[in-house]
Amino acid sequence: MTGEPTSIFNRFFEQLGEFSQLTARTFRSFFQKPWESKIFLQQLEEIGLRTLPVVSLTAAFGGLVFGLQSYYGFHKYIGQGTEAYGGPIIAVGLVRELIPILVGLMVAGRVGSSMAAEIGTMRITEQIDALFTLWADSVRYLVAPRTAAAFFMLPCLTLFGDFIGIACAQFYNVVLMGVNETVYWRNTLMYLDLWDVLSGLVKAAVFGVLIAIIGCWQGLETEGGAEGVGRATTRAVVLASISILITNFFMSEFLPVTL
Amino acid sequence: MIRFRDLHKSFGPKRVLSGLDLEIRTGETLVVIGQSGSGKSVLLKLLIGILDPDRGAVFVDDVEVTSLGRAARQETACKFGMLFQAAALFDSMNVGENVAFGLKRRTDLDEAAVVKIVADSLTKVGLKGIEHLMPHELSGGMRKRVGLARAIAYQPEIILYDEPSTGLDPIRADAINDLILFLQKEMGVTSIVITHDMVSAKKVADRIAMLYDGRIIAVGTPDEIRDSPDPVVQQFLLGRADGPIKNW
Repeated sequence: MTGEPTSIFNRFFEQLGEFSQLTARTFRSFFQKPWESKIFLQQLEEIGLRTLPVVSLTAAFGGLVFGLQSYYGFHKYIGQGTEAYGGPIIAVGLVRELIPILVGLMVAGRVGSSMAAEIGTMRITEQIDALFTLWADSVRYLVAPRTAAAFFMLPCLTLFGDFIGIACAQFYNVVLMGVNETVYWRNTLMYLDLWDVLSGLVKAAVFGVLIAIIGCWQGLETEGGAEGVGRATTRAVVLASISILITNFFMSEFLPVTL
Repeated sequence: MIRFRDLHKSFGPKRVLSGLDLEIRTGETLVVIGQSGSGKSVLLKLLIGILDPDRGAVFVDDVEVTSLGRAARQETACKFGMLFQAAALFDSMNVGENVAFGLKRRTDLDEAAVVKIVADSLTKVGLKGIEHLMPHELSGGMRKRVGLARAIAYQPEIILYDEPSTGLDPIRADAINDLILFLQKEMGVTSIVITHDMVSAKKVADRIAMLYDGRIIAVGTPDEIRDSPDPVVQQFLLGRADGPIKNW
C-alpha cells in the first residue's frame, strides 16, 4: 500500500536521490561545452525583466506593511517620538529576511511553475526524447541555463526589491506619519551593514537554484497528459516554496550575523 | 545491421518486452506491427538509447550499444533519425530552426550551408519555403513531414518511424508512405517503421515483424505474413475482436 509509513519514507528518499542526482548533473553541466548561451539570455529576460513588476509590487507592499507595524510598535510600546528608531529594524528585517523570501516565493510561483509546465509539456509530447536523438542533453540544454539564470537574477531582483521596500517603509514613516527624516536615515545607515544586504543576496541566489532545479525536475518527471502537467506545476510551486522557507531558516541560523 | 537479443523491459508491474529477439538487415525497411501498447515504441526507444533495457542487449553494427555509458550512447544516436508519433517539433522554434537543430549540433557547417541543407530537406518532404512558420501553424500531416525533414537533415544511416500514418487521413497517410519509399530509394537507409496500419505496412515493408506478448511471434515478407498460419497474426491482419489476442 502506498500510504504505509515505510513506503512514504522510501518515496521521500527516492525523490531526494533524484533531486540530488539532477543537481549534481546540472552543476557538472556548467563546466561542459557547449554552453547554451541563447537560452541563458532568454531565461535572464524571463526571470529578471518579466518578474520585475510583480517583485516591485510585492516589495512595495512588504515595505509599507513592515513600516506600518514598526511605527505602531514603537509608538505604542516605546513611546511617542521613538518611531524613527524603527528605521534600522525595518531595513535589516527587509534586506536579510522579508525581501529575499518574498522575491523567492514570487519567482517560485511565476517562474518555477512555468518551467515545470513548459518542460512537462515537452516531456509528454516527446520533445525531450527528440532532444536526445538530436544530440542535446536535456539537463545541459534545459536545466543548466535556467539554473544559471535564476542564480544570477534572484540576487538582482532582491537588491531591486530591497530599494523599493526600504523606500516604501520610509515613505510610510516619514511622509505619511511625519517621523523625523534625518533621525530615521541616520539610524538606518548607522546600523545597516553591507553584510546584511549581502547575506540576503546570498540567500536569494540559493533560492534561485532551488526554484529552477525543482521546477525543471518536476517538469522532467511529468507523466500522463494535461493532468500530469498540472500536477507537476503545482508540485513545483509547493516544493519550491517549502524549500525556500526551510532553507531560509537554516541559512539565517548558520550564516554569520556580521563579517 | 541491428540486432535485439533477449530484450526484457517492464514499467513497474507492467511487463512490456519479455525476451524479444529480432534482426534488421542493412538497407531494408522492416515494419513492426502489433496492438496499441504492445511495446513497439519502447523498442525504438531502447534502440536509440532513450530507455535502457532491464535485461538483454541491442547491437548496432556489431557494437553492443546497451553496455555503453549515456554520453557514448548519445554519440551512437547520430546514426539514427527518428520521426516521432506526434512529430515532437520544438514549440519555441520555427520550422527552419527545428530542422537545423540536429545539424548545428552534429556538424561544424557554416550558417549558409545549414540554411541550404534545411531548404533541401524541406523540399524533399514537399514543404519548400516554410522555414518561417511556427509548429502551431502547421497541419498534422505537415508537422509529420517537418519531423521527417528534421530526421533526415543530417543524413542518418538508420531512420526510425514511430506510427508515421497515425492521426492522418488516408490520402495524407499514403503521401507519408510514398515519402518513406522515396527516402529509402534516395538515401539507401535502413528503416524501421512502427505501425498498426496494415495498408501502410504492406506498402513500405521489405519485411514485417509482429510483436505480441512481449516477443516477436512472426517475421517475413508481406506475403509470408499474409499467409501465416498463426491465429494471432491472422486475427490482427483481419482486425477481428474475437480470437486468441487478449483485448484488454
